[in-house]
Amino acid sequence: MTTRHAITAGFVPLLDSALLVVAKEKGFAEAEGVDLTLVRERSWASIRDRLAVSHVDVAHILGPMPIACNLGLSAPAPKMIVPMALGLGGNAVTVSAALWRAMAGEGAKDDLDARGNGAALRRVIGRRRGEPLRFGVVHPYSGHNYELRYWLAASGIDPDRDIEIVVLPPPDMGDALAQGLIDGYCAGEPWNTFGVLERGGHLATVKAAIWKSSPEKVLGVNARWAESHPEALAALLVALHRASLWCARPENHGELAQLLARPAYVGRDAALLLPALSGTLPVGGGIVRQVGDFFVPHAKAATFPWKSHALWFYTQMVRWGQIAHTAGHRRIAAQTYRPDVYRAALTALGVAMPSASAKVEGALTVETPVGSSGALTLGPDGFFDGGRFDPDDVDAYIEMQAARRSGD
Amino acid sequence: MKPSELNVLVIDENRIRAAIIEEGLRGAGYDRVTVIDEMHGLARRIAELNPDVIVIDLENPNRDMLESIFQLSRAVQRPIAMFVDKSDEASIEAAVEAGVSAYIVDGLRQERVRPILKMAISRFNAFSRLNRELEETRGELENRKVIDRAKGLLMRSRGLSEEEAYALLRRTAMNQNRKIAEIAQSLVTAASLLDPGAKE
Repeated sequence: MTTRHAITAGFVPLLDSALLVVAKEKGFAEAEGVDLTLVRERSWASIRDRLAVSHVDVAHILGPMPIACNLGLSAPAPKMIVPMALGLGGNAVTVSAALWRAMAGEGAKDDLDARGNGAALRRVIGRRRGEPLRFGVVHPYSGHNYELRYWLAASGIDPDRDIEIVVLPPPDMGDALAQGLIDGYCAGEPWNTFGVLERGGHLATVKAAIWKSSPEKVLGVNARWAESHPEALAALLVALHRASLWCARPENHGELAQLLARPAYVGRDAALLLPALSGTLPVGGGIVRQVGDFFVPHAKAATFPWKSHALWFYTQMVRWGQIAHTAGHRRIAAQTYRPDVYRAALTALGVAMPSASAKVEGALTVETPVGSSGALTLGPDGFFDGGRFDPDDVDAYIEMQAARRSGD
Repeated sequence: MKPSELNVLVIDENRIRAAIIEEGLRGAGYDRVTVIDEMHGLARRIAELNPDVIVIDLENPNRDMLESIFQLSRAVQRPIAMFVDKSDEASIEAAVEAGVSAYIVDGLRQERVRPILKMAISRFNAFSRLNRELEETRGELENRKVIDRAKGLLMRSRGLSEEEAYALLRRTAMNQNRKIAEIAQSLVTAASLLDPGAKE
């Protein structure tokens, strides 16, 4: 390959930075002529700032954040596009030992079931007097915030009135839990495994149980850079695609955990990173559960930037009062995710990919073969409460959620 | 309200840098400056202090939390905008470059706030420069020590005077196009390998 592309990528030390780390460390970027420099950041705010001033060209970023940037909710912000997702799932809800005891007293079980354990939490809150329970999330515009709120609301708990939600840096969650500053949190890995194994926490449920095969981190790209560097971006997407295949192979999980454990990356013991990769999670009290599709780096079109994912995030921004719903806002949200760029970069490889750019979320109850080219299966992608999101009828979904809220 | 009446909060886990910013602001006539270097209970402290301007280091992991507080504050009729001016790319770039970020109560006029950000940027840059110089000074001290040891070795083993020993080191460095400290380090390392018992 004659053309060389220098690309600088920002990332936050989390398990799902895996695709970027592997693209660099296993030579996939190099093979595509990409000189990939990875820059570690300590907050999503600084990822956004460095994208804004072109210190980084692309970044590992929360799925809703590029949408929030394009909607003008976060400044200074560059115009951004999302040409690829960096996997599905990967989060969990961890609660303190005290809250878990109370929940168990109300019927919560070690099975991570979102419905049963959500109902138990509702009963705990119903009996509680005094200060409301406090839960931590990593950012207002995060999958964590929205899936926690979705789970609570569908369990009959008002996330704004019945509990308090605060934002904390993920590495601080476990300590805050142990000190009683928060009663639970929704975060990515390794911070749930850390909370359970080293800070006495207990898993209440997981993202894969709240909404199976749901979006999480994405590749956020400065739109100006993408426009002026189409070849570099395409080469990076190919490298990340190959990295996703490598990450998905079970025989590589041990090596991947070791890679991520390095001080330059997540900088935590490999033993804290392996559970999320294998889906064999310590849930607390020495109990271990196998969770299907806990974190999906490749299968089920895990890197495809579905417009329906972007629109679902948008409906949650509206639902929780972060932005008013208008046709213009909806359009900006949908246009942020760019399956066309993904297709253009990967078609030549003969990669199996969806023919549609959006899908009805929650429609697949079992794994289903789809796709125009090659073998591809999607789903199951159900919400735990049986909800469905039709991206062609955003208005109805927003109205339904608003009505449910004012109705209780 | 005079400029000096603005309520400025400086958040920085690095106490020395925070002190440098505070001193700069006070020197410029801002009397109401508070410094927080302890991140515990930050949200509550901000609510109590109710600042007009917050200056925080860019790398602070609590910035996501900080921004979420501002988002919430919209509901309590005290909106806060981030940064001086969304369209002011040059000052945003200078700030990110320097490693500082600022948040401002919405509605404050740009010209009242810009001097604060300018001050923060220049003090952050000064602090980085100071740190770099300190590192360099430390490095030079180390170099001087190793050169002294190498001189000592040459003086003892070859019966040279101090000046002759130094001249030999310098000549060798010049011939090999390397630094004197590197030649000195090689010599000290070699000597310790040849005679592990000897300290010098």
